[in-house]
Amino acid sequence: MSLIHKVFPKFKVNVDQEKCKKCTRCVNACSFGVLSFNGERIVADNEKCVDCQRCAVYCPAEAIMINDFPIVYSPHGTYTERIRKINWFQSGTGGVLLASTGTDLPYPVIFDDIVLDACQVTNPSIDPLREPVETKVFLGSKPAKLDFDIDPGNENNVTMRTRFPPNFEMSMPLMVGHMSLGSISFNACMSIYKAVSELGIVAGSGEGGLNEAFYPYKNHLITEIASGRFGVDLNYLQGVAGLEIKIGQGAKPGHGGHLPGEKVTSLISETRMIPKFSDALSPYPHHDIYSIEDLQQLISALKEATRYKIPIGVKIAAVHNVAPIASGIVRAGADFITIDGFRGGTGAAPRIIRDHVGIPIEVAIASVDERLRNEGIREKVTLIAGGSIRYSADLIKAIALGADICMVGMPVLLAMGCRFCQQCHTGNCSWGIATQRPDLVKRLDVDVSVQRIKNLFHAWNEELKEIMGAMGIDSVESLRSNRDRLRYLGPNPHIAEVLGIKHVGE
Amino acid sequence: MNMNNFTHYETPFRDDKVFDGCGISAFINVDGKIENGSKIIDMVTCLQDRENGLGAGFAVYGCFPDRKDDYCFQIIAEDETTRDKVKEFLKARGTINFEEKIPVKSDMGLPRQPVLWRFFFKPQASVDKADYDDYIVKVHMALNDSFQRKAFVMSAGKNCMALKGNGWSHEIAEYYQLDKYKGNMWLGHSRFPTNTPGSWFGAHPFSLLSWNVIHNGEITSYGTNRRYLEMFGYKCLLGTDTEVIAYLFDQLVRRHRIPVPIAALAFNPPLYDLIDRMPREQMLTMKNIRMTYRSALLNGPFSIVVGSELGGKPAMIGLTDRKKLRPQLIAQSVDEKSYFISSEEASFERLKLAEGNDHVDIEKIWAPHAGTPFIARLGDGMVRTGTEKPFEGIQLAINEYPPELGI
Amino acid sequence: MQKLVDNIEIDEENHAVTIDAAPKRVPLKYHVLNEEIHRVLDDGYKNITLVNVVGQRFIAAALAGDIQFKIHGTPGNDLGIFMDGPTIEVFGNCEDQCGNTMNGGKIIIHGAARDVAGLSARGGTIYARGDGGYRCGVHIKQYQNKRPVLVFGGRVRQFFGEYMAGGLLVALGLDIKEDGSFTKIDGYPIAGASLGTGIHGGKIILARACNEVPPEMLGTGAKVADLDDADRPELKPVLDDYCAIFKIDAEKIEQLPFCKVVPLSKRPFAHNYCSKML
Repeated sequence: MSLIHKVFPKFKVNVDQEKCKKCTRCVNACSFGVLSFNGERIVADNEKCVDCQRCAVYCPAEAIMINDFPIVYSPHGTYTERIRKINWFQSGTGGVLLASTGTDLPYPVIFDDIVLDACQVTNPSIDPLREPVETKVFLGSKPAKLDFDIDPGNENNVTMRTRFPPNFEMSMPLMVGHMSLGSISFNACMSIYKAVSELGIVAGSGEGGLNEAFYPYKNHLITEIASGRFGVDLNYLQGVAGLEIKIGQGAKPGHGGHLPGEKVTSLISETRMIPKFSDALSPYPHHDIYSIEDLQQLISALKEATRYKIPIGVKIAAVHNVAPIASGIVRAGADFITIDGFRGGTGAAPRIIRDHVGIPIEVAIASVDERLRNEGIREKVTLIAGGSIRYSADLIKAIALGADICMVGMPVLLAMGCRFCQQCHTGNCSWGIATQRPDLVKRLDVDVSVQRIKNLFHAWNEELKEIMGAMGIDSVESLRSNRDRLRYLGPNPHIAEVLGIKHVGE
Repeated sequence: MNMNNFTHYETPFRDDKVFDGCGISAFINVDGKIENGSKIIDMVTCLQDRENGLGAGFAVYGCFPDRKDDYCFQIIAEDETTRDKVKEFLKARGTINFEEKIPVKSDMGLPRQPVLWRFFFKPQASVDKADYDDYIVKVHMALNDSFQRKAFVMSAGKNCMALKGNGWSHEIAEYYQLDKYKGNMWLGHSRFPTNTPGSWFGAHPFSLLSWNVIHNGEITSYGTNRRYLEMFGYKCLLGTDTEVIAYLFDQLVRRHRIPVPIAALAFNPPLYDLIDRMPREQMLTMKNIRMTYRSALLNGPFSIVVGSELGGKPAMIGLTDRKKLRPQLIAQSVDEKSYFISSEEASFERLKLAEGNDHVDIEKIWAPHAGTPFIARLGDGMVRTGTEKPFEGIQLAINEYPPELGI
Repeated sequence: MQKLVDNIEIDEENHAVTIDAAPKRVPLKYHVLNEEIHRVLDDGYKNITLVNVVGQRFIAAALAGDIQFKIHGTPGNDLGIFMDGPTIEVFGNCEDQCGNTMNGGKIIIHGAARDVAGLSARGGTIYARGDGGYRCGVHIKQYQNKRPVLVFGGRVRQFFGEYMAGGLLVALGLDIKEDGSFTKIDGYPIAGASLGTGIHGGKIILARACNEVPPEMLGTGAKVADLDDADRPELKPVLDDYCAIFKIDAEKIEQLPFCKVVPLSKRPFAHNYCSKML
C-alpha cells in the first residue's frame, strides 16, 4: 500500500524484552489485534492500539508500558494534531467519523465553577454518620395539593380523599442512565440491573428491548420507547418502574440511536428483531410525533396501556430552547422529564454531533426549573438530569440547581472496569463491557461488578449526606432548587445570572 | 431604639436573608378574657439574653372588636408622600372605612420616626366575599412590591395586628404603648440578627391575613421554600427566612384546607424509617404528604409560635423542628383558662413572681416533643398538647378516587 | 462585704448566705447575680441559697471547690458550666445545657433536666428526678478515675448519649413523685430514636428489659445487651446514692429489669473512608 498518506499511530506499546517472560498472556488479552508472538518475541502493531491497558494489567512481569507514539507534530494553535487527523481520515474514507462516550473537547465544565455553602454559628451542621440525613426521593408526578375532608361534627375525623399518582420510591436521588443491550454487553446489563435492584433505585434499559433474562429485574427498570420502538411488547410495558419516550439524547441531539453492525450479534438480532450484523439505526424523529400534540397522544396512549399505574416520562437532549420544550412536555402529560446534557455519553455517534451540538446540563437544569416555576407547573413533574454527572459533587450541584434525580452512565462503566479508551463503537471492548463478542463478554464478572456498582453509589450517597449535613439540611428535598446554597466562582459572571445563583462574596 | 432601616436597608449589606437567634413568647386566654400587653412584655423582656437590641415585635388578637370585619392594613412608610400613595393604592382596590396614625409614645426623644399608619379596609364590590382573603393576599404582596421599598405592610388581618421595630423588646413595647391595647392572645418576639444593622421590616412577627409568626432559628430550606411559594403569588421581599413560614401556613392550611396537625406533618415530617413502621393508612397518608409537599418541608433548627384565626377562633400554635434543636416550653394556668409558650421557663417564673394582674398561678410546665404541634384555641382550650404521636387522636381514613384521565 | 444590691441575707450561725435573685420582684441580670455570688464566695461563704431565680444563666460557672448551692426557681441555661467540685441542688426544673463540660461536682434537680444536659462532661454527677430532654449526655468521656455519671429518673428523648466515649448514663423511665414513690412510665418509650448513636466507649443503662429497646431505637454503632457481672456492682452505689437523695426505696429500684447499651466497636466508622491517592 502506498505510504504517502500514512498517519502515525496514537500509542506505542513498549514491551521490555528483558522482563518479558514470553507467556503470551498479552496476546490473548488484547482484543484489538495489536499484539502477536513471532516465535521469539512479542510484536506490536501500534496502529491498532487504543490504550485500553488490558495487556499492561495482565502482564505478570509488568513488562508492558503504553506511551504516546513518539513523533512530534509541529505545533500549531489552530490546526492542532486533532484537526489534521480529522481531515486526513476523512480524505481517506469519505465517511462520517464515529465516536463514543461524551465529547472530549475541553469545553469548560460549569459544575467546576460552582462552590457550596456550609453552616456555621447561626445554624448547626448535622453529622450524617450519627444523625439522620434522608436522601429518599419519589420518581413520578405529584398532585398540586392533597384533599382532606373534615367531619363538620368532629374535627378529628379526617378523610384523605385523593388520587395517588404512580410513584417509584428511590432510596437515593440517583439512577443509572440508559445504556442499551447492544451498546453494552449482556453481562454489563445484568450487573447494572442486579445492582440497582439491590440498591433500591432504577436503571434505564436503553432502546435495546428487554431480554427475557432481565425480566426478574424489570420492576427496577425504566424501559425506553425510542424512535426505533425496539422490543416494545407487552412484557416491556408492564410491571416496569417507568416508561420513557426517548425524543433525544445529549450526545446526539436530533439523531436517533446508532448501533454499528459489528455489535448486532444473534443475541441483539433476537432482542431487537432486526437482521444480524445490520446497523441498528433508529429514525431521527418518532414518526408518529411531529408536533407537541402528537407527543401528548403517545403519552396518553402509554398511560392507557399501563392503566395509569406506571410513571410515563420523556427524555430530551439539552438544546437551546430546552425550557419551552420542557414546558410543553409537562403540559402534554409527562410524569417525569429527563434532560441529557451535551456532554452525555453514547455507545456510538457521529463525532461532529457529539462534539458540537447541544448545551451543558447545568444551564439546562437551571433554565428548565426556572421556566416550569414561572408557569406554576414545576411540582407536577420529576426532573431527571444527566450528561456528565461525573461524581458526587456534580450530583449535589445539579440538585441544588433544580434537578430531582441525576442519571449517570460513565461512572457505572468505570466501576465495571472501563479504562476509558473511548472505542465503544468498535465493539472490541477488552473489558467485556461495550462489546457483543462472546469471548470478551465472558471476561466481565457479574458478581464482582454488582458489588462495585453498589460500592460506587453507596459512596456517592454518603458524600451527598456529608455535604447536606454541612449545610444543615437533613432531607434532600430541602436541597432541591435551593440555589441560595451555591455560589459561582468562575471566569464569566453572566453564567451566574443564567444559573440563577449568586457570585461568591455576595 | 434604632431609627433607621424602616422599610429598606439604608446602607445595605448585600445579604439575601438575615439569620436570627431570638426569644419568643406567647399566651392565649381560651376563655376569651381580654387584657393588655403587660404579661407578654414580662415574658419577652425576661429573655433578654436572647436579643441584641436589633429588633422586636408583638402581635395581638381581638384588639379591634368594633371593626372586626375590616382588614386592618398597618403600614410602615418612609415619608408621608409614600403613605399617601399607599392610600391611593388601597382606595383603587376597595374602601377605606377608617384610618388613623398608629399611636406611639411621643416623648422618647427620637431623632426621626417612620410614618406609621393604619387603614381599615374592605375589598371592592367586584370581589366576591368568599374571595376576600385571597384578594387581600394579592393586595398585600403588591403593596410590598410597589413603592420602591419605601413602604411595606406590617400586618393586614381582621381584628388583629402586629407591631414591630428595630430596638430592644422593652423599647418597642414602650414605643407602641402595648398597655393601651387589649386582646385575648398575644405574641412577642425579641431578635438577635447576626449580620445586619437590624431593621423595622425584618423584625418579627411576620404577618399575612390573620397569620402572625414569631421564630427562633434558621430555615436552611429557605431557597427551596421560597421558590415553591413564588409559584403561587407569594413574594418574599422582607429579607428574613421567617417570611416563608407565614406564607406556607397560608398556602397549606387556608388555601389547601389541611388541618393544622396534618400540615405540621408536612412542615416537619417524621423520618421515613418511622413512616415505614406506621399502620397502613397513616403510612400512605404520610408518604403522600411528603411527596406532595416536599418543597414545604421546613429544614433547619426552629422554634415557632404561629398565631392564627380560622373560622373566627383565634388559636395559638407552637411548633419545633423535628430534632428539637431550638427550645420551647409550654405552661398551663391552674384554672386552665390560659396557656403560655416561651423559649425558656424563665418567662413562666417571671409570671409566677409578678404581682397583681400579671401574676399567674401555673399548674403545669412541659416541653413539647420535637416536630409536634401544640394548639390552644379560644373556646376549645388545649386541642393538641404537643406530645402526641403523629396522627394520634385523629381518625384517619383514605378514600381513593379513580384516576383522572388526561393531563 | 460591699453589697451590690440590697438582696443578701447572711446567716452567721450556719455560715450560710441567701441571695434574692429578683429583689422587689424584678429579676437581676445574670452577670449581676453571678458577681454577687463571687463576692460572697470571696468572703469565705461556701453555703449559698438562691431564691426567686428567674432563668439567670451561667450560675456556678467554672467554680471549683466544695461549695453548696440550693436554688429555688428556675436556673437558666448552662447551670454549672465547666464547674469542678460544687454541689448544686435545684428545687424545680433547670433549663438547657446544665452541667455543660463539667469536670467534677454534683447537680441535683428535683424536676426535669431539659435538652443537652451534661454535654461533653469529663467527670461529676447529674441526678434529675424527672425527664431528660434531647441530646443529653452527648460526647461524655472518662479517663481513669475521672468519670461522669448522669441519672435521669424519667425518660429521655432522641440522641441520648450521642458520641459517648466514656462515663455512665442511666435512665429509669419512672414517674417519681416528691415523696419517693414511683410508677413506670407507660405509653412512651424510655428513650427516643438514635439512642447511643456513635457510642464508642462507656455505657448506657436503662431500667427496662432488653426487648423494650427495639433495634429501631438504637443509633449507629450501638447494641443492647443484658447486664453482666461487672455491671451490677458498678450500678448499685450509683442507684443507692440517687435513691437516698430522692427518698426512693432503693431495693424496689434494684428489682427493676435493666439492660445496657454499649458500643459495637471502638471504631464504628473505620470502613466509611477511602484514602487512595488520585
